Amino acid sequence: MSLYNLQKFLYVLNRDPAAQESFRKSPATLLDQYELTPEERGALEQGDIGLLYVLGVNGQIMMHFAAFLGIEWFDYLDLMRKGIEKYGPVRAGIYAMTGAGKSFAEEDNRK
Amino acid sequence: MSLVYAGVLSHGPGLVGRAHLVKNTQKRDEFYAALDQQRQEIESTGAEALMVVAAEHFANFFMNNMPAYCVGIADSYEGPIEDPKWLGIERRKIPGNPDLSRRLVTEIMQSIDVAYSEEWKFDHGIMIPLHFLTPQYDLPIIPVNINCQGPPLTPLHRAWAFGEAIRRACDSVPEKIAVVGTGGISHWPATPDSGKINEPWDRRFLDQLMNRNKQALLTYTNEEIYRDAGQGGFEIRTYIAAAAAAGGPGTLKFYTAELPIFAVGCTVASFEISSDKQD
Repeated sequence: MSLYNLQKFLYVLNRDPAAQESFRKSPATLLDQYELTPEERGALEQGDIGLLYVLGVNGQIMMHFAAFLGIEWFDYLDLMRKGIEKYGPVRAGIYAMTGAGKSFAEEDNRK
Repeated sequence: MSLVYAGVLSHGPGLVGRAHLVKNTQKRDEFYAALDQQRQEIESTGAEALMVVAAEHFANFFMNNMPAYCVGIADSYEGPIEDPKWLGIERRKIPGNPDLSRRLVTEIMQSIDVAYSEEWKFDHGIMIPLHFLTPQYDLPIIPVNINCQGPPLTPLHRAWAFGEAIRRACDSVPEKIAVVGTGGISHWPATPDSGKINEPWDRRFLDQLMNRNKQALLTYTNEEIYRDAGQGGFEIRTYIAAAAAAGGPGTLKFYTAELPIFAVGCTVASFEISSDKQD
């Protein structure tokens, strides 16, 4: 279980512009510095928000990664729901879904 | 007495960046007006520094070395760490006051083993309050953090004691200081449940907070909070600290659960500054 390392990677990426530039240029260079499971590394490489959510990444850390990837807010919420459908319930952490997939974000103005 | 203002207000990354998505624009503008009123109240006190008791979200502190309490002592700060376009706030330098901060930390340490930091990048938890309360970014800021994100979390009675320590520290310096606590009440931010708000729970908590019902406020367990108010509810520690610092009862200036795009029950309140410390 290396959820700590997974979150540490995102913590560094979120707050360090040099790390962000490095990750954009060569994801492997930055990822190699962290001891991650293949599943965790793959989720980061693919930008798989749903899997990262299920793996237990704290939402306050992950939402910045979603923004970094250019994912819009409501899409971000949907990707987490789809992650639950695809991979099952959140496996760790305190950011488990409680609403059985219901949307509480009433102002969804997407067309 | 140098604590000249104490209050609380909500934060949330969407308060500015998602303002255009709000359906209930009237309620949104009422909220903004309440925040601007809070700004005016703080300015009218002649406050020389603003202490923001926040619950940051892994911008500076991580599980490699997580302080329960930390106070910034830097000459200046930078924020936001978030993408400025996403947050709706430009990145900038924010003034601090290292001399004042060090004196406050020294006094707080009489009763609380607070950490301090000379490096601090503000996230939305502080930038959103500053956007509304000191929009010119010309008031020196003293950032304060209570770990509300990475359990184990400090007990509520320690958050109260921390607030009292802040009060003693403010009263030990000649400068006029305003203190605001900023956090959510019930909310499930950054999850698929974003926008969910337990309004009855919020109103009960706020009633206890305004009445400064210490016994009720400190009775909540983490299990109850997580079940009824979500992981975001852990941030009540910032409100409890502000109430403890104030010493007097509060006035709820604004509350609504009708802006779910902001992912929190939007709250503005202030407390009477009282030296009645009969707790």
